[in-house]
Amino acid sequence: MNKILNYFKKVLKRFKKKKARQKEESKHYISLKQIKATAKENKRITKAMEKKNNRKNVPEEEYLTKMRDPNNVVEFEDLHSYFYTESGVVKAVDGVSFDIPRKSIVGVVGESGCGKSVTSLSLMKLLQSPQGQIHSGSIRYSAKNGKVYDIAKVPKIDMRKIRGKEMTMIFQEPMTSLNPVFKIGDQLDEILFLHFPETTKKEAKKKSIEMLKIVGIAVPEKVYDRYPHELSGGMRQRVMIAMALSCDPNLIIADEPTTALDVTIQAQILELLRDLKDKINGSIMLITHDLGVIAEMADYVVVMYAGRVVEKGTVKEIFKDPKHPYTMGLQKSIPALNLDSDTLYTIPGTVPNPIDLPNYCYFRDRCNKRFEKCDGPYPPLMNTSSSRKVACYLYEEIQAEFNKEAGGKNGKK
Amino acid sequence: MAKNKKTEKKKTKDLLVVNNLKKYFPVGSAWLEKNKQYVQAVDDVSFTIKEGETLGVVGESGCGKTTLGRTILRLHSITDGEILYDKYDIGKLGKKALRKLRPKIQIIFQDPYSSLSPRMTVGEIIGEAVREHKIVPPEEHQDYIMGVMKSCGLQPYYYRRYPHEFSGGQRQRICVARALALKPDLIICDEPVSALDVSIQAQVINLLNDLQNKFGITYMFISHDLSVVEYISDEIMVMYLGSVVEHGTREQVFKNPMHPYTHALMSAIPIPDPEVKSKKIILKGDIPSPINPPKGCKFHTRCSKCMEICKTVTPKFKEYEEGHKVACHLYSQD
Repeated sequence: MNKILNYFKKVLKRFKKKKARQKEESKHYISLKQIKATAKENKRITKAMEKKNNRKNVPEEEYLTKMRDPNNVVEFEDLHSYFYTESGVVKAVDGVSFDIPRKSIVGVVGESGCGKSVTSLSLMKLLQSPQGQIHSGSIRYSAKNGKVYDIAKVPKIDMRKIRGKEMTMIFQEPMTSLNPVFKIGDQLDEILFLHFPETTKKEAKKKSIEMLKIVGIAVPEKVYDRYPHELSGGMRQRVMIAMALSCDPNLIIADEPTTALDVTIQAQILELLRDLKDKINGSIMLITHDLGVIAEMADYVVVMYAGRVVEKGTVKEIFKDPKHPYTMGLQKSIPALNLDSDTLYTIPGTVPNPIDLPNYCYFRDRCNKRFEKCDGPYPPLMNTSSSRKVACYLYEEIQAEFNKEAGGKNGKK
Repeated sequence: MAKNKKTEKKKTKDLLVVNNLKKYFPVGSAWLEKNKQYVQAVDDVSFTIKEGETLGVVGESGCGKTTLGRTILRLHSITDGEILYDKYDIGKLGKKALRKLRPKIQIIFQDPYSSLSPRMTVGEIIGEAVREHKIVPPEEHQDYIMGVMKSCGLQPYYYRRYPHEFSGGQRQRICVARALALKPDLIICDEPVSALDVSIQAQVINLLNDLQNKFGITYMFISHDLSVVEYISDEIMVMYLGSVVEHGTREQVFKNPMHPYTHALMSAIPIPDPEVKSKKIILKGDIPSPINPPKGCKFHTRCSKCMEICKTVTPKFKEYEEGHKVACHLYSQD
């Protein structure tokens, strides 16, 4: 009798445990009804945006603006790029503003999913549509002919004239971004035919081979007639760079150009990019998660976290004297050579879910320097010096002092 | 320092001994044997791993480090040589004996996005092999799996979730848990952190370190990132085009690198400090094809210190200090 009773008790216990677990799990899921409702709502929003984007014969005045500072090539101002998904709106880029000055390399660092790639794709207008849309904000781009475009407002058709000619992109994986069924030469010539329709085949070939030579390919005539699969990873990345350069762009966006490559090849490619910067007379926006690459290449650094800029400044400032706790944590967690410590520093926790971001500082829950003020709204970017901005309440006093000084100086003038 | 504790330990017994291991892959479909070409993926590699230690294997992609790891597991058949694991010769084991040995050697793969079955829940993924090898009695199965998950930093309620619901770092933790659940002695880590972010990378490395201290697991850590390898390894082996060019303890290889290839590898790492401008040795060209590797020293086509002798004579793999072996003609002159 006792045995049976015990058995039933056991079964009941297990059943209760299961129920409790199911309840716990159901918290993490959304019901089908909800999903359908959000999908419908999303369709309504994105349809209107797409309609505006797909218009033809839009007068130029609608999207021409003026730069705040003529020394910049690109100015991001309060950019919001959202993805309308079935489980909610993902604010991939949530109020990003920074500038890319002429003839300089701006490095954008952050973990994967922090919105650094989406920022660059917004600039190229290559967001996965219809769900990916630039919600608000402006991206001002100063073209070679002196016109200033507001990329956020340029319709798709007019964007084609700028993309590939004025600004180009080097993608992360050279293995997947070259077309496997066309020869290297055909792919290089295509760009020239598109943007300069009057080029002849001979001219295009000459120019393409010249480009291959510039990026350091030993026998460009042979490589011109090869297929992508015949080349090694480093060579393919060189071909990608040659493609990006062939229209003398004003701005090159390099989206993790060396992540898929070996260290020795990475060193080659970085050296090449550094040389090219002086040759092409343009700027580079370098996106990477490798702080070492940034330190070697960039002039200015923008640190991003969960779709926002947490810190920006010159390379020396960011690496010698990181201000934001996230930047400090990132730097400490690199297993640098000749570092003698017991365990690597880790930032506790993970990046917050981009769908329902908290209304306080996104880094608060992982931060080791939090205090009462951090419970307030998301901190604005604060100046700690003329070239430096940090989004953290720790530096409010410094900001006040800086403002006073700046105000005093301006008053004297 | 992290590794002090370990060096103080007595030199324990050798867990894995690899002697003159070769793995060639045939290329093309030539009928006649004499015309057949081979990719010499692993060419005459010998080393030992001591119990409770970590051997780091470094090299560029295509140098045969992954093939070496997989051959030790016998995921590839062996062309020549022997792999001795705890008195067994892995190369000659039969199917049944090999199956018995399987839980003792485990592997963590590089890409956590493709090495987890998308149709199985986390509990099934971790528990499948546990059930198969009867590690624990069936009634303790679930609690055991949850225990393993906890020790790898995964919440127990993830048990019924699918891999697509996790981030890269958490997926890699699942992979670690899957390997750990079988109570292995040796885990072959095939680039476990290369696909992860810096901050997540640090978490996974710390996890691997903690598990080693807790359970005394031996690692063979394959990576192309020298800074990670330096952090985690006791001994380091540098590979180039299928052969080992340098092998020594961590201090020997990093404080006193002897082979020009090791020099180049170390100088190629970008340093996260804008004021340090290190003199870089930038290697020219790519790694040669492993189908017809260069004659003599395999590295001579890219070496900055190449001599006449390098082009014809293959350098011997010799010991120059205690435990520090190098294959280079620069040191064999005297």
